[in-house]
Amino acid sequence: MTAPVRPAGRVRAPRQGFPGSGALRETGQLMTLAATTVRDAFRRPFQVRELIEQFWFVASVTILPAALVSIPFGAVIALQVGSLTQQLGAQSFTGGASVLAVIQQASPLIVALLIAGAGGSAICADLGSRKIREELDAMEVMGVSPVQRLIVPRVLATMLVAVFLNGLVSVVGTAGGYFFNVVLQHGTPGAYLSSFSALAQLPDLYISEIKALVFGFIAGIVAAYRGLHPKGGPKGVGDAVNQSVVITFLLLFFVNVVLTAIYLQLVPQKGA
Amino acid sequence: MGIEVTVEGLTKSFGKQTVWQDVTLTLPPGEVSVMLGPSGTGKTVFLKSIIGLLKPERGRVLVGGVDMVNSPERDVYEARKMFGLMFQDGALFGSMNLFDNIAFPLREHTRKKESEIRRIVMERIDMVGLLGAEGKLPGEISGGMRKRAGLARALVLDPQIILCDEPDSGLDPVRTSYISQLLIDLNAQIDATMLIVTHNLDIASTVPDNMGMLFRRELVAFGPRELLLTSDEPVVRQFLSGRRAGPIGMSEEKDEATIAREQLHGEGVGSGEPPRIVPQLEPTPGLPPRQAVQRRRARVLAMWDTLPASARTAITTGLTPQGEPA
Repeated sequence: MTAPVRPAGRVRAPRQGFPGSGALRETGQLMTLAATTVRDAFRRPFQVRELIEQFWFVASVTILPAALVSIPFGAVIALQVGSLTQQLGAQSFTGGASVLAVIQQASPLIVALLIAGAGGSAICADLGSRKIREELDAMEVMGVSPVQRLIVPRVLATMLVAVFLNGLVSVVGTAGGYFFNVVLQHGTPGAYLSSFSALAQLPDLYISEIKALVFGFIAGIVAAYRGLHPKGGPKGVGDAVNQSVVITFLLLFFVNVVLTAIYLQLVPQKGA
Repeated sequence: MGIEVTVEGLTKSFGKQTVWQDVTLTLPPGEVSVMLGPSGTGKTVFLKSIIGLLKPERGRVLVGGVDMVNSPERDVYEARKMFGLMFQDGALFGSMNLFDNIAFPLREHTRKKESEIRRIVMERIDMVGLLGAEGKLPGEISGGMRKRAGLARALVLDPQIILCDEPDSGLDPVRTSYISQLLIDLNAQIDATMLIVTHNLDIASTVPDNMGMLFRRELVAFGPRELLLTSDEPVVRQFLSGRRAGPIGMSEEKDEATIAREQLHGEGVGSGEPPRIVPQLEPTPGLPPRQAVQRRRARVLAMWDTLPASARTAITTGLTPQGEPA
């Protein structure tokens, strides 16, 4: 039984290619996913269980590596800054300088790299394999939005873990720096500690946590985006995981520059 | 009763390649329809377009007032709750056991108590013959069981439209006939509109009320089963008889030279005898009669004048054994 043919619906604009259009399209889709995720985060029902599971998962794969990386990282900064200040004759500021470097720069980046490398890659692989097994299609067909059901809890989990982990890495990194400066370089504990308040201030900690939050969001969104669009079969999922980590790293360092520049412009530095 | 699905002027392409264009058809409410077509003619794409997973470039799919192609995402999600889709390999969630898989739509969309969910899920599990396997993970069961579990999950929200993507692929002939019978029984029980996409000839000849065929980027025909089963359209004839001779080649289409050579060797297109029509499956005794049968009869009689003579004869002989001449 064929009904009479009637022109219906609107014609979608054909996809035209000019150099660079592919990159723009991908960027646009990534932004759309980010916007959808933010919107769906406020839509009920909120997936508490999924969030807790994902939070626990991301935390469990990142806590130990983060702590282990942050000790030598804090030490390297302490050693470098320590020798530099010695040359300049400003040993008393070693503590303040190294703590600024650790809290403002090193800690959020370490956290983000680990979340992208350990948590994000797992999220990307999980979503990618679900996509090629048509699980996500099945979910959509059942009227459940995969963004709301799966991606929102994952992105929130990476953001929360990033914030908490950032606190941990800051503490461990600072403690590592203190140990190396005081014990190995024979700095004075009192000078190390008092220079904290001479150079560092509370907003430094705020920007550190804000950075961690933003980096966690980026890591989660990029992982989810690459996971949702694997190209062609299981091999595509592997490629997607790879790309998600690389893209996250590139974005992180770029966003870090922007955030640092804004922060240094907006917040007057102590002793300046 | 099932809902009517109206497809109007649907065109879908991937990049420059058109999958099919200007597909226009109506799935009559409560009836079982089958969409045939050689591999790679976009049958699955058609199914996914109906449910809004893929967005065709042109045309519309109207389901209860919602256009699955152009309506806002929110309306499409709402409309999907009327659908049940059985994926080719079940598309079960690998991390959940069968019970949780089948209970998933209930837990997401209803506020039913856990005991109520359990009752409904076990009923569906019984329906598809999977009792005892509800604790297994999808990775631990055979492909046929995954398919049936996928069907159970598609049924759990009492859908008004059921779409089946190749219910026979990967199943042995016996299991395929069981699935055929299951689909007909389902239709008798819940009177849902059903669309089955397949290239299995047994299913095509025994299950549907209506048949359609996709070939060469077009809908070749769509109508009552007798129309296609008696059709002298070369593509339809070739496909339903499963012969090599005809317009369908290994790579979808044959070129003119091959067809000419075949005709030279007496393997011409129209060489077969007219196809025999197998009676349609009846619901298992004890189940209510299919309400769609009466509706379809009225519908077919209304379009009687437009049907070719061979189809009329087939319909008449199909109705006679039940003592009710048309």
